[in-house]
Amino acid sequence: MKSEEIEALKNEPACAHNAKSKSGCARPKPGATQGGCCFDGARNALLPIADVAHIVHGPIGCAGSSWDNRGTRSSGPDLYRLGLTTDLNEMDVIFGRGEKRLFQSIRETVEHHAPAAVFVYATCVPALHGDDIAAVAKAASARFGLPVIPVDAAGFYGNKNLGNRLAGDIIYKHVIGRRDPEPVPEALRRPGLQIHDVNLIGEWNVGGELWNVAPLFDELGLRVLCSFTGDSRFHEIETMHRAEANMVVCSKAMLHVARKLQEDWGVPFFEGSFYGIRDTSEALRGFARILGDADLTARTEALIAREEGRVAATLAPLRARLTGKRALVFTGGYKSWSIVSAMQDLGLVVVASGTEKSTEEDKARIRALMGEEARMIDDNDQAALIRAFHESGADILVAGDRYIYPTLKSRLPFLDVDHVRRIGYAGYDGMIELARNLDRSLSSPVWSRVRRPAPWAVAA
Amino acid sequence: MARIIQNDKALAVNPLKVSQPVGASLAFLGLERAMPLEHGARGCASFNKLFFMRHFAEPIALQTTAMDQVTTVIGADDNVVEALATIAGREAPAVIGLITTGLSETQGADIPRTIRAFRIAHPEYDGVAVIPVNATDTQGCLESGFALALERILATLGPTAPSKVTRPHQVTVLAGSLLTPSDLDALRDWIEAFGLSPVILPDLADSLDGHLIEEGYSPLTYGGTPTGRIASLGESIATLVIGRSLDRAADLLAERTGCPDHRFPHLHGIDACDAFTLTLSRLSGRPVPARIERARSRLQDAMVDCHVPLGGARLALAADPDLLAALTGLFSGWGAEIIAAVAAARGKGLADLPLDEVRIGTLDDLERLATERAADLLVTNSHGAPIAGRLALPLLRAGFPLYDIQGGHAWTWIGYEGARQTLFATANLLAAHFQEIPPFHSIYRQPAPSRPADEPAAGSPRC
Repeated sequence: MKSEEIEALKNEPACAHNAKSKSGCARPKPGATQGGCCFDGARNALLPIADVAHIVHGPIGCAGSSWDNRGTRSSGPDLYRLGLTTDLNEMDVIFGRGEKRLFQSIRETVEHHAPAAVFVYATCVPALHGDDIAAVAKAASARFGLPVIPVDAAGFYGNKNLGNRLAGDIIYKHVIGRRDPEPVPEALRRPGLQIHDVNLIGEWNVGGELWNVAPLFDELGLRVLCSFTGDSRFHEIETMHRAEANMVVCSKAMLHVARKLQEDWGVPFFEGSFYGIRDTSEALRGFARILGDADLTARTEALIAREEGRVAATLAPLRARLTGKRALVFTGGYKSWSIVSAMQDLGLVVVASGTEKSTEEDKARIRALMGEEARMIDDNDQAALIRAFHESGADILVAGDRYIYPTLKSRLPFLDVDHVRRIGYAGYDGMIELARNLDRSLSSPVWSRVRRPAPWAVAA
Repeated sequence: MARIIQNDKALAVNPLKVSQPVGASLAFLGLERAMPLEHGARGCASFNKLFFMRHFAEPIALQTTAMDQVTTVIGADDNVVEALATIAGREAPAVIGLITTGLSETQGADIPRTIRAFRIAHPEYDGVAVIPVNATDTQGCLESGFALALERILATLGPTAPSKVTRPHQVTVLAGSLLTPSDLDALRDWIEAFGLSPVILPDLADSLDGHLIEEGYSPLTYGGTPTGRIASLGESIATLVIGRSLDRAADLLAERTGCPDHRFPHLHGIDACDAFTLTLSRLSGRPVPARIERARSRLQDAMVDCHVPLGGARLALAADPDLLAALTGLFSGWGAEIIAAVAAARGKGLADLPLDEVRIGTLDDLERLATERAADLLVTNSHGAPIAGRLALPLLRAGFPLYDIQGGHAWTWIGYEGARQTLFATANLLAAHFQEIPPFHSIYRQPAPSRPADEPAAGSPRC
């Protein structure tokens, strides 16, 4: 990967980060850095493609402690969960045998696992060494007769977010547009109902949460050509350019895929979220609006009324218990406001939101939701966050997995919204699950028991 | 004598092996007020931090030098100096473990020289010990990285010459990565039962056993061996070494201190427990306490009770070399048959195991061998769960990582009581998966005839 290509990606014009300072692209501070590398981000973005063999080309450090560690789920093949790596050893590095080993690895993968395609991830050591994974991929593709996609996103290229973008870019260049979708089978057509093809971009199906909303799409006659990439298949990604509308789900990093689909193929897109009742309803309305189908609009409104009514009944007792409780939301980026809105839907007061990776636009939306006095926190240090928690009088911290144990160690309630979790929070039913888990944590009997000193300590 | 078979495939499928920097970082997590610092791209530390967080359910002290495209090419020495100064300034640790990775090793980083540069630039941090460990991930595994770090910890902080004074009750314990925090607590009790006072290095029981502290969250380790104690190891009457992987670290300590050492490949199972107990009795000059005798007799009773389900049970094991040896000793002592033994990497003592063969390989090798040789039970880390699912076999979780259960790190394997509880757990897993004779349905058997509800069945008593 050339440095100018990386710079070009950082300058994504549709990314609101780039209107002002690139807060998400700052140089990491050695000795005080949180978060993953470029390879981490690229693999996370593509791993949910379930029928693809994902080969990590590098020594064991890159795959050994991280394979099969995602909460993303597949409704069919589980090839993506195999840990595949070339496990480069000292001799491979010294004698420059990496490329040969990679080619052979692709052969073994094809022979034993029959993948729909093979993705090859470069990592730091072969990148430094100069392995030409694109050439190996090309040769292997010709030899074995299947797509072999080189994902050149070595760890030292940058942060996780850049890896997400590189992954999207690579998929756009190598995979999207290869094939047209099959027509909708006659048996699945409903009289008087126009079926529309759409994509979800940046939905990872964590804990299967895509399946909380997927039935609504079926009901509305929206065929999801591809959910990029949660529970997706290689052949679905190939057809993404044929959608009539795209929704970018909670993701700045995948924005350029949507932008390019709009520029090159004329597919309009909008940004939305499935976290929260208001946002889920808005997302469904977004499709109806962008597709300009009056009948769809009417059916969407009916569906929203029904679903909102249904969950309101279930949520009422939970909402009563949650109302007025104070949450500190620390997720950064898009989720910094989409989760805020979900919390507010449940009656919680959001006392502060993390803005570490948020754009100016994200911050504006936080202000719109939380008021001009909204407290924003951009220091991602765990200890600083715990301090902010106490200062803001919060009752619960809502954040990614990096903060779980620092928070629990501090004897404070925590809700995990990371991608490693196994619980899905998207859609109307996800909201019920979210409310239940907030309530379980907030009202748990453990807090008073772990905070009080031992009786003999008091006596003394 | 076991034949060592090296996997000759280009592709590693479902790796068993975890990298050396992970193991080296773990060793530092057993030191008090410590911060391991991995010299590589930020992903190395990020992956490894998450790995330990999920295993121990604890915050994990771990930082990175965050090499990027520029520093990878033109040199990242400045990153190292900046990282050391940042950590020293922000957290005031007692010790920083500076650990290389595949990236910095390939780049050719010279970390001892960089530490000298740090010392010159930042004399204000002279009180912070910095320990360099070369731990490329193109060699070895977690266990060997842990052993390398322990060797460097002893070389940097340990005594340099034999001590003139001896503490008559102090024994040094060099504890290998095969031991869980709960194992180390059991080990401490065991040694203290003889009136001896152990200094355990590294002491993961003190730092990663999972306990709440008054201060709540700490960016450094929550406990561990105090660095000051490491300098006093020469005053011990003996060193107890657990795990063959620590041979080099033990050699170094013995050479520096002249302190006699006693080496044990593991403390799993009655044979190993007896050897260790006898050593403690001799070192202390005390008889074996009654409660240890009692624990031993309880284990013997359990071994008798469970010898049928365990006898001939076909076990497939996969772990780092020391743990593999321990598990082999443990289970074969109960009559189980080890039909497959897969080690993550080469290790001392594997060839001495009482097995036909040991394979250096992956969990894919474990899956294949378990299938071919009809295993009854798998013993490996949490990545074995999908394999156990595919093969419809029970899984006993051991090693790193354990991420799909609570309290995996809190299991006690060693000692008489640890062995006994493990024996029960193993027997119960086998019993839950016991295949009874499938029922036979004779072609002549008829279902019960239907009859009106109020009609008494023929032959039933009438009143």
